[in-house]
This record gives sequence, structure tokens and C-alpha cells, in this order.
Amino acid sequence: MTVQVEQQRPASAPAGHAVLEVRGLAVEYRTGHEPVRACADVSFTLRRGEILGVAGESGSGKSTLITALTRLQRPPAVTTAGEILFHGRDGAAPVDLVALDRKQLRRYRWTALSIVLQSAMDALNPVMRIGDQFVDVLRAHDRTLGKREAWTGAAELLALVGISADRVRDYPHQLSGGMRQRAAIALALACRPELVVMDEPTTAVDVVMQRQILAQVLRLRRELGFAVVFVTHDLSLLLELADRIAIMYAGRVVEVGESSALYHAPKHPYTQGLRDSFPPLHAPLRTLRGIPGTPPDLRRPPTGCPFQPRCARRMEECAQRLPALLSVGPGHDAACLLNETDDTGGDTR
Amino acid sequence: MTAVTLPVASAVGSKTRAPRRWGFLARRLGFYLAAAWSAITLNFFLPRLMPGDASSAIVEKLQSVSGQQMTPSQLESIQKIFGDPSANLGSQYIDYLDQLAHLDLGISVSNYPTPVSDLLWQGLPWTLLLVGVTTVLAFLLGTGIGTVAGWKAGSRFDTVVSPLTIFASAIPYFWTALLALWLFGFHLGWFPLSGGYDPDVPSGFSPSFVLSVMRYGALPAATIVFSALGGWLLGMRNMTVTTVREDYVLLAEAKGLSGRRVMLRYAARNAILPNFTGFALALGHVVGGALLTEVVFDYPGIGYLLYTSVQQRDYPVMQGVFLIITLTVLLANLLADSVYILLDPRIKEGA
Amino acid sequence: MRAAFLNSWKVRIGLGILVFFLLLAVFGPWLTHLMGLNEQANDMSAIARPPGGRHPLGTDQFGQDVLAQVIVGARGSMYVGLLGALVGTTIAILVGVPAGYYGGRVDGALNFLTNLFLVMPVLPLIMIVAGYLQGTGLTTIALIIGLSGWSGGARTLRAQSMSVANRDFVRAMRMLGERGRRLVFAEVLPHLTGLIASMFLQAMIGAVMAEAGLAFLGISDSSAVSWGTLIESAQQQSAVLRGMWWWFVPPALCIALLGTAAAMINFGVDELANPKLRVARPARTARTARRLAQAGANR
Repeated sequence: MTVQVEQQRPASAPAGHAVLEVRGLAVEYRTGHEPVRACADVSFTLRRGEILGVAGESGSGKSTLITALTRLQRPPAVTTAGEILFHGRDGAAPVDLVALDRKQLRRYRWTALSIVLQSAMDALNPVMRIGDQFVDVLRAHDRTLGKREAWTGAAELLALVGISADRVRDYPHQLSGGMRQRAAIALALACRPELVVMDEPTTAVDVVMQRQILAQVLRLRRELGFAVVFVTHDLSLLLELADRIAIMYAGRVVEVGESSALYHAPKHPYTQGLRDSFPPLHAPLRTLRGIPGTPPDLRRPPTGCPFQPRCARRMEECAQRLPALLSVGPGHDAACLLNETDDTGGDTR
Repeated sequence: MTAVTLPVASAVGSKTRAPRRWGFLARRLGFYLAAAWSAITLNFFLPRLMPGDASSAIVEKLQSVSGQQMTPSQLESIQKIFGDPSANLGSQYIDYLDQLAHLDLGISVSNYPTPVSDLLWQGLPWTLLLVGVTTVLAFLLGTGIGTVAGWKAGSRFDTVVSPLTIFASAIPYFWTALLALWLFGFHLGWFPLSGGYDPDVPSGFSPSFVLSVMRYGALPAATIVFSALGGWLLGMRNMTVTTVREDYVLLAEAKGLSGRRVMLRYAARNAILPNFTGFALALGHVVGGALLTEVVFDYPGIGYLLYTSVQQRDYPVMQGVFLIITLTVLLANLLADSVYILLDPRIKEGA
Repeated sequence: MRAAFLNSWKVRIGLGILVFFLLLAVFGPWLTHLMGLNEQANDMSAIARPPGGRHPLGTDQFGQDVLAQVIVGARGSMYVGLLGALVGTTIAILVGVPAGYYGGRVDGALNFLTNLFLVMPVLPLIMIVAGYLQGTGLTTIALIIGLSGWSGGARTLRAQSMSVANRDFVRAMRMLGERGRRLVFAEVLPHLTGLIASMFLQAMIGAVMAEAGLAFLGISDSSAVSWGTLIESAQQQSAVLRGMWWWFVPPALCIALLGTAAAMINFGVDELANPKLRVARPARTARTARRLAQAGANR
């Protein structure tokens, strides 16, 4: 059971109302005898123009979350419960994306939320020109758009990410890896969405390119005002980039809050472990501590808290009761029994 | 034949792309020329490697059939193709090539004195018509249905259609032909039992003749298409299934494009490419199938010609047919390769 | 791996059919003896009879029992199938694997040879060769088939062996000075056994079908009994025009069943080797999605 917490607006985040509200989302993989719960009871709110980072190890459910949010799941994955409420810019009533049928959903695709996939090498159709891949989505959502205007629009979008207009007739294999990734980002912004989901967009590129791409994303967000759900396993990246961060473990959100709060005062042992596992650039050296053990097999999840087998601060109760996601500070939630028992659940720095 | 793309795409635009594509085609052309040369040379060596002296056997036969002695020039022409015990191999080869250049393939034994090339010219159009039409039809139908089956993989449509086509293509060509002949020709009487056209209708491009050609060709074509369909269908289905899992198809769906557009322009357009590289093998099957079908239906193509010539041990015709078939197949493969480079923009220098 | 292999229903059916025919080939003559049928005997009282009574599958033009001939024919066809597949697969291995492993000029030459046979129309070639050879026994036919049909397998093996040869452990051994020949046999080949087994299966059915086709065209051992010769004699006696379907249907059905069996096995193997081909039933997940949508709409 999840307690819905009213989010207070932190001073640093851009002011705005919610653009996406996820409540109790659950996703199962229907294979074999027992269905595997890849996502359980996921709830969070995303505000307009905000960057929400989602961090977790492999198997934490973050990729499943993305496909569930964008409804791009393939069988045997199925959304079994929950709602995804989308609040449009026009102020209309919120729409539950889970409940829409395929035809209705298509109207929202790309115009409401778009996605940037992990590997842009594979995300662009190799036998279509780059410009064509912009044109078809532009014309699919605006029937009145003529061909010439659509191609001009494509060139403009490429210019947004610093790709010169004469490349618009090239094929994907003629662009370098970094250019393809930037083109994919431009493509995601083609219909001026209000929310862009990014699935590890910088994992496949080198650090320098990573920097450029992220800088570009931030700049574009300032200009166009879209919100971002940024999924990655690299927490250090999120600490710099995201306004708020959600930590996922074994398909559940175990902590969510502002980046600085999570860095300085994490309230969940897993978050602490993650934070302690990479060295800070400027602080004095300290011994790195990893997190022992491995993520649980979701076919046989541990009883109670999913993290308890690996937790250094485990109590007896942890194996008996699943901790609920409760508020531990302004705009900061965590799911750990330690927070319920005493007030010094996490360490402070 | 694999397509190799450069590991790092050039930063230059499309200007340099064009010459590289033609380089690929030029290499394939080189291969086909070499293959053609090999076929011609094989044709040269075959009678000389086989047991017995083919030349004298032919001469004897011709003389017994025609009842007259061979003229020296006829003797010479036969020996050029089939072996001259007196001359050495090298000069024989030159003479052989020279003769071929004059399009002289010898004289048929069983159809004396018709030259082999005449027989070939008579039969070739029929076979080309049959093979051409059926290959195109089988390809279109096969890839079309295969796309749908792959797109809806696991559905009822797929689980019914795919095993059925496996079974259909496992049935021997000639047997399907026999069955079709019996059922539709004999039992139901819908189609004629043999021949390529109605002998009573004057040949030419008149509508009635064309109609009769279609009537006579319908059953043979249908049987070939029935058997050849399976290969294309399954190949396309499997390729579509793997292509659908690719990220760019996922992204196309995320863009909110219509299902049909995603299926055709994103999935099928990519999935169809390997079908062209497998064209050689498929064409080989179609040619073999057409051969057998012609025999069953007495269809007057070169397959039927080969059959009768083998039965009658008419060596000149046998060799001539083999050569023509090989060269035509090579040409068809070259065409398929050309189409492939038009479809796949990633081709640079290929292997 | 093996357990998963047998799990696929396609593979199980295919293997079942294959084993059935193999057993039939081995024990055929004894079986006919047990059933009281004799394929050689000409039952003059029952010429060209449809199925029924003493002759479960009828008799042919000469009064010979069709069922007995089909059973005995299994032996001839399977023999050609196995031998032809053996020859073809061996050549494919000998040409394809070194081509992929060694690369360079060896590859260039072997690859050219492979491509040549690939584009060459095989059936006309076989017909010509058989036409020159007076009299061809089943063994010769099998050899000819094997010698002409190896190219497809060679091409696949070349690609696969190239990828194995580029794996780090092979490169490491090469650098340590291991002899090429030993590497090919001891390290590269074991990785290809699955593929080779599947190829062998395909080659076998291909050989059976080729033999049938050749027999139909009159190029086979006329004294031997195989499914192909059976269909050929049916054609010679105009079985089609006389409507004697029980003569030419059973042997072709056997060939088709065998072909389907091999194809199903390969289908199953494909799905195993390439997990992307494994498809979940979409109907079940679609129903759940619909239910959820309805629940959402009702709220």
C-alpha cells in the first residue's frame, strides 16, 4: 500500500504543475507458470519542465518502467495495474494513458511524450533518409503539413542540435555515432512534446560526447520547456543533471527526492550504498564501499523489503513487512523501516 | 555474399556514395563473367571427361539417322565441341570458343538436321515466360504473406499459415504438378492436359493466341508458384520477426505512426533485404522445378527439350541447353544483385 | 540445451516422423514379410485395384502391392538420402570451414568455388552427367547429388567459422603458435556441430527429393525400388490419366512428410538458436490490456 504524499515545490525546481502522475503502476512478465513482477506499485509525479532521474541497477525495473510509460511493451510484458495520468498544456482533464486504446493513444504519441532510446545506432531506420524519418512523424500528426514544409521543419530540427541542414538527405550510416544520437534527440522533439523519456542516452558514447549531449539537452529544455524522465544506472550523472531523482530496486521505487537531498542525506540504505560507491571529484579520498550481494531474482523475491538480504542495517522486521514509501522530508520519500523507527535513519554529510 | 559496411561512417555527404555502389556491382559482374567462363569451360571438358568417345558416338548416330556420310565441315564442327582425338587440348579449346562465338552449338541428333541453336530459340521464350512469371508471383505472394505472418507472429494466422507452407514446399514439385494435372485437368477438365498453347490457333500476338497461352500455362505456373511460395514466405516471416524487435521499429511505433506504415516502411523494407541475397538459391530451385513441371505438362520449353534429349542421348542438344540455362541463371542473378544495391543504401565495397 | 530442444513441439513432431521413416527403412522388408505382403509378387487377380481387402493400399498396373512397395521403397530413398547428405555435408565442411578460418587467398578461391556451384543450375548439370554415364545405381546417384548440392551449406559454414575464428580464444591460440589444422578440428568445429547437424538433416531431405526428381526424369536405377522410382513407374503407366491415385499418392506423401519433418526440426532449431524468433502468444497479453483499459474507463 502506498501513501500518496503531496509534493511541495522545492525552491530550485522550475515552478509548474504536474505534467505526469504515475500511480501504483505494476508490470508483469507473463512467462512460464509464475508471472514475474518487473514493476510493482510505482508512483511518482513529474512536474512541467522538470528533469526526473531514475536510477537503479540492471534488473531494477527501470527499463520496464520506460516501456510501460510509453506503452511500447511487447508480449509477454503486461501492465497489470495502475494509471499514468497525463496533464496536457491546454489544461484539459488529465488522460489516463493506460486506459487508452491503441487508436486514441496514437494521437498522444510523440505529441505528448516521446522517447530517446539507448542506442541511436539502432533507433534510426537504416534504409530511410534522416529527413524522411522526421517528415513522416511531422506529417502523421499534422495532416495539413505539406512535403516541402515538412522537410524544412526537419532541417530546422537538425539545426537545433547542431547538425547542418545539408545532412538532412543522408542515411543514418553516413553520420557518426554522436551525430546519430543528437539526431535522435532532435527527432524526439519534433512534435514539441511535453515530456521526453530518455533511456540511457549517453551510455553508448564517450565521455566528451556525453557532456555535449547533456549540455544540449539542458539548453533545449530551457528553450522549449519539456520535462524529462532520464533513466540510467549512473547515479553520479543524475546528481549533476536531474532536479529530482527516483531510485528503483527490484521493481519498486525505494527513494525519491531532490538530487541534493539524496546526495547529502539519503534515507535508504541502498541509496547510501550507491552514493558511496563512486568517488567524489573534489572531496578528500576515502575507501570505496560497494554493495555486497546481487539483485534479487524477481521470480522469487525476498519476503518483506526486497533489499534486506543485502542491507547492512537490516532488522528482523525487515523480512516480515514491506516498507511503504513515506515522506521523510519536504518532497523527499523513502521506503525503509529505519525511517519509521527513529529519526536518524540516514547519515548526513 | 555479405554486405560489409565501413566501421566509421564518413563525415562527407552523399557525394562519395555513388561510385562505391557501382564498385560493388562491378565486382559482382566480374564474378558472373568468371562463372560464365567456368560454365563454358565445363561444357568443353564434360564430354571429354566422360567415359567413351562422345564424338564418334555422335557421328555414328548422325550417320545412321540421316543415312548419309558426314561432310568434313560437319565432322569438324562436331569434333570441336565434343573432342578431337587428333588435336591437342589447347587448340581444341580455342576452336571451341571460336565456334561458340559464332553461336554454333552443333546439330541435333534426334531432330536432324535442325541446328541446336534453333531448337533453343524455340524453347527458350516459353521457359522464360514460365519461370519469369512464376518467380515474380511467388516472390510477391510469399513476401507479402510472410510479412503479415511475421508481423502477427504467434497469432492464429501465423500458426496456421507457416506450418502449412512448410508442408506445401516439402511436396516434390513434380508430384504437385501430377496431382494438379489429375485434379484440374483430368478430373475436372478445367485446364488442358498438355502443351503450351492451342495448336489450332495460329501463333502470333493475337488476343486469342495470348489467351490460349495463358490457359495452357495456368496450371504449370500455379504448381510452381504453390511449391516455390514456401521458401519466400518463411524467409520473410522469420526476418520480419527479428526485424520487429529492432529498436527502430519500436521507435516508429512510439512516434505514433499507423501500424501499416510501420509494418511496411520500417519492418518489411528492412526484412526483405536478405531475400535478395538468397535469390540465387531460390532461383536454382525454381529452374529445377520448372524443368520437372515442363515434363509433366509437355510444356514446350527448354526444360522439356533437355528431358527428351537426355532420354535420346542427344548430346549436342544436352550441352546446348545446359549452357543456355546456366548463362540465363547468371544473368538473372546479376539482375537480382542490381536490385539489391538499389534497395540497400549501406552497400559499399562488398565481399 | 538438449532439453530445451526437445521441448519445442515442432521438433518433437519432426523427430518422430524422421525416426519412423528410419525404422521403416531398416526394418522394411521384415515388416512386409510380417504383414504377409510381398512387393515382388504379381497378383494377377488384382491388377490396378484400389485400396481394400488384401491390399491395403491397392495394387499397381502389374498387380504388385503398393503398400509393400512403399515400405521397401523407404529403404532405397533413405539410403540415397543418407549417403547424399553425408557426401554433401562433408564437402561443405571441407570447403566452408577452412575458407572462413584461414581467410585470404584460401578463402578467395574456396569462396569462388562455392559461389560458382551456388549459381549453377544443379538439376540440368545432374541430368547431363547422368546422361553421359550409362547406367546409374543408387550409390552413383547419391554421389552425384552430394557433389552438386553442397554449396548452400558451405556458404553458411564459412560465415559461421569466420565468426568463431575471430573469437578471442581462437586468436589467442593462433598467436601461441597452435597449428591451424588442429585448431580447426579441435576448437572451431565443435562450435559448429549444431549447425552441421541441422544442415545434414536438410541435406538428407534434399537428397531424397532430388532422387525422386531424378527417378521421375528417368535417371535412376531402374531395378532399385525407391519412392522416386515408384512415382516414375506410375507416370510411365499413365497412372494419373487412369485415375489410379493410390499408386502415385502414397510415395509422394512419404516424401512430403519427410520434408515437413526436416523443416519442422529446423524451424525448432532456428527458434532455439535465435531467441528473437521465439514469440509469445499475443492474445493473452492483449486481453489483459483490454481489461485494464475497460477498468480505467469505468472509473
